[in-house]
Formats: sequence, C-alpha cells, structure tokens
Amino acid sequence: MKIITGNDLATGAVVWWTGTEWSPHVDDAADTHDAAPIIAAEEAARRVNGAYAIDASQTPEGIRPAHIKDRVRALGGPTVRLDLSLKPADPAAANWVL
Amino acid sequence: MYAYDNYDQAMVDARVAEFRDQTRRRLDGSLSEEKFRPLRLQNGLYLQLHAYMLRVAVPYGTLSGAQMRVLGDIADKYDRGYGHFTTRQNIQYNWIQLKDAPDILADLAKVEMHAIQTSGNCIRNISSDQYAGATADEIIDPRPYAELLRQWSSFHPEFLHLPRKFKICVIAAETDRAAMRLHDIGIRIVRNDAGEIGCAFYVGGGMGRTPMIAPLINAFVPLDHLITYSEACLRVYNRHGRRDNKYKARIKILVHELGAEEYTRQVEEEFAHLQTQGLEPPLAELARIATHFADPAFETGLPDEIDLTNPQFAKWVKTNTATHKAPGYAIATISLKPIGGIPGDASADQIRLMADLSRDYSFDESRVTHAQNIVLPHVRKQDLYALWQKLEAAGLATANLDDITDIIACPGLDYCSLANARSIPVAQKIAERFAANDRATLLGELKLKISGCINACGHHHAGHIGILGVDRKGTENYQLLLGGSEGADTSLAQITGPGFDEDGIVEAIDRATNLYLAERAPDERFLDTYRRLGMAPFKAAIYSKEPA
Repeated sequence: MKIITGNDLATGAVVWWTGTEWSPHVDDAADTHDAAPIIAAEEAARRVNGAYAIDASQTPEGIRPAHIKDRVRALGGPTVRLDLSLKPADPAAANWVL
Repeated sequence: MYAYDNYDQAMVDARVAEFRDQTRRRLDGSLSEEKFRPLRLQNGLYLQLHAYMLRVAVPYGTLSGAQMRVLGDIADKYDRGYGHFTTRQNIQYNWIQLKDAPDILADLAKVEMHAIQTSGNCIRNISSDQYAGATADEIIDPRPYAELLRQWSSFHPEFLHLPRKFKICVIAAETDRAAMRLHDIGIRIVRNDAGEIGCAFYVGGGMGRTPMIAPLINAFVPLDHLITYSEACLRVYNRHGRRDNKYKARIKILVHELGAEEYTRQVEEEFAHLQTQGLEPPLAELARIATHFADPAFETGLPDEIDLTNPQFAKWVKTNTATHKAPGYAIATISLKPIGGIPGDASADQIRLMADLSRDYSFDESRVTHAQNIVLPHVRKQDLYALWQKLEAAGLATANLDDITDIIACPGLDYCSLANARSIPVAQKIAERFAANDRATLLGELKLKISGCINACGHHHAGHIGILGVDRKGTENYQLLLGGSEGADTSLAQITGPGFDEDGIVEAIDRATNLYLAERAPDERFLDTYRRLGMAPFKAAIYSKEPA
C-alpha cells in the first residue's frame, strides 16, 4: 500500500493522511495511490510540511511503513525514549521499529 | 567572558524581530516553505524526523551561569524537558514548535545568545579548547581571537553563501583538545623563535564522507593579520570551491585538488592584495575584547591537597579533573555519559544545576566540549568534594572521561532525518558492556565515536574505535573503524572489513579490546597498540570464527 506522511506545519509533529485529514497514528493512514494532488493541496492549505508518499504494508499488528526511518517516525519518538513516543506504556515498542 | 556591546545586542534583537515576522508570514501563508526554509535554517531551525529542531550557538563553547540557566528553562518551557549538547559545542532542542521559535530566540537574546549561522553554507560557530584560559599548557587564551573571528564572520556579506558550510577552530595549547586539524580552518596560536605570538594556519581538514587532515599552509601569521589571512583563505575558497557538486564543495576538496602548495600560493597572493585594503580591525578592538577574558580573581594560598579517602570521589578526581594553571584550582569535567544513558543529553533540571554549580564553584562559567561533556574551568580543589556530591546526587558524576564509555554519538536515526542507522542504542550497549566489572577502567584511554551516517557528526573517523551506521538493504548495519585520533597525533580511522548488526558490533569491539589487553606494552593506550601492531591482528581477532 501507499500512504502519505509529513509534519504538521505549526507544531512539526509527524502526521499521516487518513483520506480526509491528518492523524498522529500511522494505523489511521489511508491507502492512497495518487499522492501528488493531495500533497499539493494540503501543503498549500498550510496543514502539513514536507509531505511525501511511502510504501507500507498492512500487517496483523497494523500498518507498517517499509523503511525503518518511517517506522521510527511512526513510533512518534526515539526508540531510546519510549516515554516520549506514542506508546509510552509498551516497553517492547522499539522492537516494532526493527 | 565576552559581554555584548550595543552593536552585538542590536544585531541579535533585529534578527529576532525579522524572524518573528518571517514565521508569522509562513504560518499565514504569505511565505511558501521554499522561501521560508532558508530563512529558518539561517536561524538554526531544522525539520527533523519527529519535529522541528533548534540548534543554539554556544560561541567557542563558553557559557555564563545565566546563559546555562536559560538553556534549561527553554528545555522546560518549549521542549520536552531536555537538551542535547553537540559535537560542535552547541545545544539542540528536539521538539520545537514553529510558532514558538521566535519566542525562544527572544529568550536567548536576553542572555546574549542566538541560533544564527548554526546551519547553512556559512561560517558556523567558532570552536575552541574547552580548557582555554584555565590550562597551563597554552601560550595565551585563544578565546579573544575566537571572539574576534566570531564578530568578523557574523553576517559577513561575502561569506553567507559559500559553496558549503565552513568550520573554524582556534586553539593555543600544545595539546589539541578540539580536533583542530579536522576543521576547514584550524588555527593554532604559536610563538616563533623571536618570542612573537602568531597563528599557524591549517586549511582543508574535515570529516564527512571524505575525511581529510588539514595541511599546514602557513606556520606563522602575525596575530595582527589574523582576520586578513582568514579572509584570504575564504576568498580563494569562495572563488574556486565547487558549487556544482554538493559532495565536492567543501574546502578540503579544493585544497586536495589544487594541492596545498597551489592553494597556499593563491592565498598568499590574495593576502598581499588584502593587506592594501585595511581589512584588519584595529588592535584596540582586540584589546577591548581581550579585557572580557581576563583571569577571574583566583585566590592565592589555597591548598593543593585533596582528601581522597572516598574511593568513588578519588576515581572521579583522577578521571574527570585536569591540571589548572593556578595553584589550588582544578579543571573539572561533568560527564554527560551516564552508563546506559544518551550521550550529550541533559535534563532541564540538570542544566539548571550545572548553571548553579558554575556560579557557586567556577566563577560563573562553564564550557561545552566537542565530546559532549561540560567543563567547569576554575574549581578550587578544596571545593571538589562538595561539587562531586552535588553532581553525584544529580546523576552527573560518572567518572569516565576519555574511557570507552565516554562515547561521542550523534543523534542518529532516533532523531535525524539524514541518518541511516541509530547511534544511541549502540552507544548504550557498549557502555553497559564495558562498565560491567569496571572493564572500561582496565582499558584506560579509549575514545569511541559513533556516527549514524556518512556525514560523521559523531566523528567516527577520529575515534580510536569508530563506528559508522549504514543502511544495508533497509536494515541497520555498522562498520567498524580503528586507529583514528583528533588530538596532536591526528589520524583517520580505517575500516576493518564487513559490517555488523547491532549486537555484532558490540561483540567485535569486545574482541578488539581483548586483543589490546593481551598485546599491550606498558603504558600503551589502545591507539598506541593498534599503531604498533597494525590492522592485521585486530582484523583477525574481530572476524575470527572462534568463540570470543
């Protein structure tokens, strides 16, 4: 699948395109094959910065970006500070990245 | 310490106002990202993996207590409660919101700080010796000269759009503690046979994807030509540096391709011309700057003896303090490398504590080191125990300066959009492995440096042991390098062979250090043994099929 990610313009937070809006959770990402017009429109509307499309796969655990860099982004924080991530209560959250 | 005059303050305040307006226009849509990006980068604001990152300049690594305190307050007020001290003697915040950036710059300006020229193809923060003004082995305090270079290079209209970024280092000690020859320009202040003080210019060093050690191009430039000669070096680079290829744009490539001799010839020609132009600031300005760096009022008659009955304190004194030029004083290094921690990170509370400790014990002054630690330059020996107790209580008393657990590590793939692999988890595993049974102490001085990509922010080329993280078909892989050094005996580390996974690299270092322990001669450091034996036996041990 193809999904779109970027950073919120004002806060810089990592966000994922759901089909209608932006979510901080990668599992909300929508399979989107024509990314260019969405990226152009959303950047023009100043809702996102530096958006780009990536490959991902649907797994039993949820959506998994193909590249480790995007999995680190999807974690919402560094693997070495899970308290800052989107999964602060999951001590094994970093394993999902690898 | 240098204190801003009206010009300095007006320049910084004006920049804050400009950036506030630019940010407003970006957020209301008047400015596109394409137009805004170079503006935010000129103010140190990057977009990284998780958020905006702000890099704040710490000129030649020197901070007052008030400045350090504000750095802690910014971490609490605008970030997530911590900051990251970098290998360029700066500090970075990882969770900045764009809307807050102008307010942060305004807070910084109130304590004579900024983030100007911490990004972009310009002259970056001037780096220097963290022991400047405190060590006995320097011929003069290099900071007035670093400050003069800072003023000359700030907003220098000719050098704001260089072919690539440009880093200058100034030292004045026999021992190079600042990786001077791995800078675009490395300046060592020296004394000639006539007893006059001048500058030795080393030009064309650097790390990155093409590491090079800067050759000496002029052994003695009189101090009153420091700026003019620097300008000549930059002009030749600005004229001929490659702007068509980012990877060949650094001055090291120009010096290498022209040859040091031809580059020097052109610099000397330009220097002769510039001497007719009256560029050099009057010596009175240098004298004015130097008054800010006068020695603090050192007490006399202080005891040199230290009560070392507490073994943990004794180890910290032995490891983390250095000889001071004034009797009764010591230079103390606060390690930001707790075992299993994140190299260079400090919490807001720790930063404010260091501000208080610098005020109470070090004439209100501290230094950021390129090895991502903090130095209190002027501590009375009789105060060391009280200082250590306060550091111990705050998790800041790790006694590991320059051992294998005092690891330089870039933020790596945990934070950085350029990185290919994570650096921090590898640093943590190595530190934990070698802290066990105090093996780190047994190994002695062993500088280990990790970069998460070829850009080498973690200085892996200069590590006695270096680690380079690469992307191998989508997975993290780590190359091992041996034999680098950034000191007086500068050398570039060599790759051992095929890379390793995260556990494998720790095992490989284990094997390399075991060989060192088995083969070392008396008083030999790891680096010395490597240089004596060469790569072959280390390679054989590292890639051996036999169990370790």
